[in-house]
Parts: sequence; C-alpha cells; structure tokens
Amino acid sequence: MKRSEFADPFEQARNEQGIGKMQDQDDPVTMVLGLKDVRKCAHNWQTFQSGAKPGRIVVPSEVKIRDTRQIPFEVDPPEHGDYRAIVEPWFKRPLEDEYRAQLRAQIESLVDQVLTQDDVEVVGEFSLKLQSRALTLLLNTPYQESDVWIGWGTHVFRSEGEALDGDKASILYDYIDAQIERAAENPTDDLYSVLLNSEINGRKLSKEEVKGVMILTFAGGRDTVINAVTNSIAYFADHPQSLARLRDQPEITNRAVEELIRYFSPLTHMGRVVTEDTKVCPHGHDVKADSRISLCWASANRDAKTFENPNEVVLDRKVNPHVAFGFSHHNCLGATHARQIMHILLETLAAKVGSIDILNAKENIEDLDQFKRKVGFDSINVKFNPR
Amino acid sequence: MAKIIFITSDSEKIELEATSGSVMELAVQNGVQGIDGDCGGVCSCATCHVHVAPEHFAKTGPASEIEQDMLELDDDANEYSRLCCQIEVSEQLDGVVLHVAK
Ligand code: HEM
Ligand code: HEM
Ligand code: FES
Repeated sequence: MKRSEFADPFEQARNEQGIGKMQDQDDPVTMVLGLKDVRKCAHNWQTFQSGAKPGRIVVPSEVKIRDTRQIPFEVDPPEHGDYRAIVEPWFKRPLEDEYRAQLRAQIESLVDQVLTQDDVEVVGEFSLKLQSRALTLLLNTPYQESDVWIGWGTHVFRSEGEALDGDKASILYDYIDAQIERAAENPTDDLYSVLLNSEINGRKLSKEEVKGVMILTFAGGRDTVINAVTNSIAYFADHPQSLARLRDQPEITNRAVEELIRYFSPLTHMGRVVTEDTKVCPHGHDVKADSRISLCWASANRDAKTFENPNEVVLDRKVNPHVAFGFSHHNCLGATHARQIMHILLETLAAKVGSIDILNAKENIEDLDQFKRKVGFDSINVKFNPR
Repeated sequence: MAKIIFITSDSEKIELEATSGSVMELAVQNGVQGIDGDCGGVCSCATCHVHVAPEHFAKTGPASEIEQDMLELDDDANEYSRLCCQIEVSEQLDGVVLHVAK
C-alpha cells in the first residue's frame, strides 16, 4: 500500500449498521457514520447538544482535565450565534490580499528552506513550523511568537504514549492566561485585545470567555492543519504527476484543496450529548438521554451513496459535498484560514518542487476501539527535489 | 452574454453580466452581500444559497439531488432554492432574478 493511501475503516459498519461503538473512559460513544445521518444530527442541536459539561463532546473525553468552556464550540444556539457573530469577521481576514501575501511569503521561504535539505522530517520541520507561523497571522501577533509554539512540539496535550496529559495542557493554558493579562494591560491589535474589547448582549466578554476562544483557536487549528499539510506532502510524493497537473491547470487548485481535505479528513469525528431518548438513523438505533454520539466526518466523507470512487483522490472532483469542516451551526471557524494555507501550499509546491522522495515514515493510527484509522504520520522523512 | 439580477436580503438590486463561470463566482467577484462561496464552488458549504424568482425557475431548473440533500437541512430553504455555485452561466439564464437567502 502506498504511504499516502488512507483506507476507510468504517465502510462495512457504515453500510451494514450505519453506526459504530466506542468505549471511552466509561462514557461510551455511538458513532454516526453515514453522510446524511451525520448532517441531520449536526443540524439537530436541540437533541444533540454541544453545550454539555466542558470537555465531554471531545472524544477522548476531556472532562477530567479541564473546566474552561471552549467558545463557540461548546455553546448551543441561540448564544452560539451571538459568539459567532463576534468572531466571524476576524476569521474571514485570510481573504484579504495583505494576509494572503504574508502567508505566501512564509510558505515560500519554508519551501525554499526544505529544498536545500537532504532529509526533512515533515511533521516537525515543515508542517508544525508552517502551522505555527501562519497562526501568527490569524492572531495578528508578532512572528517571533511562533518560535514559542514550535518549541512546544507537535503534541501540546500529550506526553509519549499517553492520550491525555493534564500537565502538558497546562503549558498552553498558562501561556494563554499570561497573554490575556498582557493584552488587558497593554492592548494591541491582536486577537486577545480585540476579544477583550468585544461585547456580547451589552456587556464585555469576560477573561474566562476570551480564554475559551483562544484555547480553541490553538487546539482546533493545530493537529488538523498539521495533518492536512503532512498528508498532502505524502500524497504528492506518491503522485508527482499531480504536481505537474497543478502547474498546467492552476484553475483546479481549489478543487484539489477540497478533495485532499475530504480524503484526509483531519478531524475524524466530534461528539454531542443526547438530550432525550431518540434514534439515530438509518436503521433506527436507540440512543439514550445523557449518552454520547459522535459525528464521524471521516466516515461520512467516504460514503459511496454520494461520492463516486470515494477511496480515490480525484484531484479535480467537481461536486464534493464533504463535511471535513463540519456541517451546520458549528462548521469550522478556521476553515478560511486552513483553505488559504492549503491553496498557497499547493501553488508553491507546484511552482518549486519537481518531486518528493519518502525516506521513512511512521503512521499515526487513531484507536477508535472498533475502528483503527490512519489520520496522519507520527513522523515522515522526505527529500524535496527542486524542479 | 446573460444578465443576472441579484436581490440581497437588504433589498439591494444588483445587475451583472457574464458569459461563463458559475453564478456564485460572478456574485463573489462583485461582492454581492450574502454570497460567500466559502468552498469555492464544490457544493460543500451552502454559503451561496439563493431563491430563484418563481417565474424564472425554468431558466435555472431545480436543484440536483446532492444540492437538495444540503438544502433540506437549511431552515431558509424552499422549493425555489438553489446553491448558485451549481448554476453555470449561459444564455439560458438571461434576465433571471435571484433572491439571496442570507
Ligand atoms: C484542515 C484543517 C481543519 C479541519 C479539518 C477542521 C475541522 C473542524 C470541524 C469538523 C469542526 C466542527 C466541530 C463540531 O461540529 O463540533 C471544526 C470546528 C472548529 N474549528 Fe476547525 N478544522 C480545521 C482547522 C481549524 C483552524 C485552523 C482553526 C483556528 C485556528 C479551527 C478552529 C475551529 C473552531 C473555533 C471550531 C468551532 C466552531 C463552532 O463551534 O462554532 N479549525 N473544525
Ligand atoms: C482544549 C481543547 C483540546 C484539547 C485539550 C485537545 C487535546 C488533544 C489530545 C490530547 C490529542 C491527542 C489524542 C490522542 O493521541 O489520542 C488531540 C488530538 C487531536 N485533536 Fe485535540 N484537543 C482539543 C481541542 C480540539 C479541537 C476543538 C479540535 C478540532 C476542531 C481538535 C482536533 C484534534 C485532532 C484532529 C487530533 C488528532 C491529531 C493526531 O492524532 O494527529 N482538538 N487533541
Ligand atoms: S460555494 Fe460552497 S456550496 Fe456553493
């Protein structure tokens, strides 16, 4: 099997049961697998809520390691909409020319750098750097801050071999607390300051709320972007003709971005807490009030009822109604930023890179109990060859 | 060349002309309010939702099955809803009136 092949572990269960089962710290999860069912459950926030105990909708559950509510992620409508209204304009800034130009400069210089190396460990030396530097644009903080974040390594929340690590997570929490204090004393035009100065229903956002937004911006945009970037490098290593194609047909770049994100689905699933005894379709499986379901974006994105050749990367897939960025109320706030990163990355690789050799790779397999899913790589060493 | 008329939720009327591309692209290029086109036109984001004026529905035709699956869960959708990234500009559209949903 090619390194960039990502199998679909959910196919049989999706077709036969429509659901999967996962144990997680005595709080089991019914995974919803089909595209239409995932969409329906995502839309039905009254029955499948996000505003449960903080940490509970994340799988594996984080109720034991944090109390801070992530905003807007762990809030339901109508309050959810009030918070989104505050942050949405800010998260659209990646569409501005100036932002894109800076992002392009960052990505081009990183690609130039790795082209001079014989051996690049992509996760740590490329994707983490790219993600951290790009985040300085999204937060509008000094570029040098990215060195701090890169220093944390790829797993801010996890020690070797351990899924969740409260001590490690506190590095991030302490950092954000300090930044909020700094911004409260000396406001700049960064996201911390803008949030501290924002109003919701006639009052200022509290520091705890600002923290909730900032943690989410760090956590939600880290592994997801790192996996999207790393896996795309693996894909182009196995498919140099696709780099050539993007060079010849730059007009398909947008479709290629969406297709790679569908195929890799960097966020496998996200949970909800059930508010009443009900059924999740299509075979009418019962779920109980106060139990958990998850919306399995990764499975939905391989649903053959909607996607032709779901297990292939069809670079110019024209109609691609994927849910890799979620669906309905909670759809990804960072999607504009993530899409710009991917778009500029593909253009830059096509322009500068002729081929990529994989030297060594260690897969990252997510353990979902009934399913084992490859989400990315723990490490992957490559050589980038110039055109 | 086809003339396409957008009416935004603020009742602003915007008349545009085009020969090719999708209706979403035309709207985004001209900053039509309420059409964001987040996914670039692959039918994944539903930020390009319009209601076709009923008397012009024959010009665009109905939503495809994949579009309908998306629209089914949109609280503003009705029988004249389309995701306008899925409407290609052609002579056939000339004069069409589209009400922006958002
Ligand atoms: C390829 C990269 C990314 C993927 C695949 C991705 C995926 C997702 C998905 C599936 C959701 C929905 C969660 C749910 O329904 O519960 C989501 C929500 C969210 N994402 Fe992303 N994400 C990515 C990048 C980012 C980035 C770069 C940021 C910010 C820096 C970010 C911030 C958020 C936030 C704040 C939410 C919560 C939105 C809400 O609850 O209203 N994401 N993301
Ligand atoms: C305070 C909030 C969060 C904390 C403490 C946290 C913690 C973690 C931890 C501990 C892991 C490693 C899991 C394992 O190895 O089994 C992880 C992985 C991951 N997280 Fe989060 N997370 C948070 C929020 C989010 C959000 C909001 C998203 C997306 C919207 C997200 C996306 C991911 C992804 C895609 C991975 C898999 C990365 C990989 O294994 O390569 N996280 N997170
Ligand atoms: S632009 Fe995304 S669905 Fe039309």
